[in-house]
Amino acid sequence: MENFTPWSALAGGALLGLSALILMLGLGRVAGIAGIVGGLRADRQELPWRGAFMVGLVLGPMLCIAGSAAPLEITVSGNLPMIVSGGLLVGFGTRLGSGCTSGHGVCGIARLSPRSLVATAVFMLAAGVVVFIIRHVA
Amino acid sequence: MTDIKAALIALLAGLVFGVGLYISQMVNPAKVLGFLDVAGNWDPSLAVVMGGALAVTALGNAFARAQPAPLLATSFQWPTSRQIDARLVGGAALFGIGWGLVGFCPGPALAGLSLGLWPVAQFVAAMFIGMAAHAYLVPTPGTPVQPA
Repeated sequence: MENFTPWSALAGGALLGLSALILMLGLGRVAGIAGIVGGLRADRQELPWRGAFMVGLVLGPMLCIAGSAAPLEITVSGNLPMIVSGGLLVGFGTRLGSGCTSGHGVCGIARLSPRSLVATAVFMLAAGVVVFIIRHVA
Repeated sequence: MTDIKAALIALLAGLVFGVGLYISQMVNPAKVLGFLDVAGNWDPSLAVVMGGALAVTALGNAFARAQPAPLLATSFQWPTSRQIDARLVGGAALFGIGWGLVGFCPGPALAGLSLGLWPVAQFVAAMFIGMAAHAYLVPTPGTPVQPA
């Protein structure tokens, strides 16, 4: 467990909650990323705020990198077929299941929504099984 | 003008979310896979990220519920669906498989675009195609299917 980074995890997590609070108090909306992105094409009137949120989402880490002496080193593993099928499944699955890690895992569980509790248990388990197969079986 | 104010608030929310994902290192798929790999060299960080986010969100919700309305909207749009059905479980399972394959879920994938790495862009492009495929293939419950 030498990779465990509890303090930065706690601070970063608190910021995710703060973001959800800003969006709910300001616009009355839930901070589920799959929902914000997936709703882009649904309603033209909502395009500005959804687009602005996505711009902020990319800009935030850019500011961190610009202001940091030692930026994070990021590793994306897997070949192209894995990356593409992963992206397709994440896109399709989060829309079909009405939420992702933020929408179900944070916002939904914070409301103790039974749907979100079930969805979070299912996607955590499915992801864990896939990682187990890739790393310990295949 | 409300549109501009709404966009500014959303921009701020997005910024805070992006900074949160960076500080917690959730933009790094290797970090996420380290959490999902329970049988390996387990890294519990993601659970702490969720715990911190949950605590603040739950407090925030209690505060929001005490307000008459959001700043820029007529009402709070709390999700109302209660149904645990095949769509929910099937969608979550497909999402989980994709998440386990690469270590990206939608937020970190988008935030990861800031890093300027090709694989992240490839993942995000595929994710958008997956979302579009859902919109095209799966009719929204309650709306009649349009004849072709």
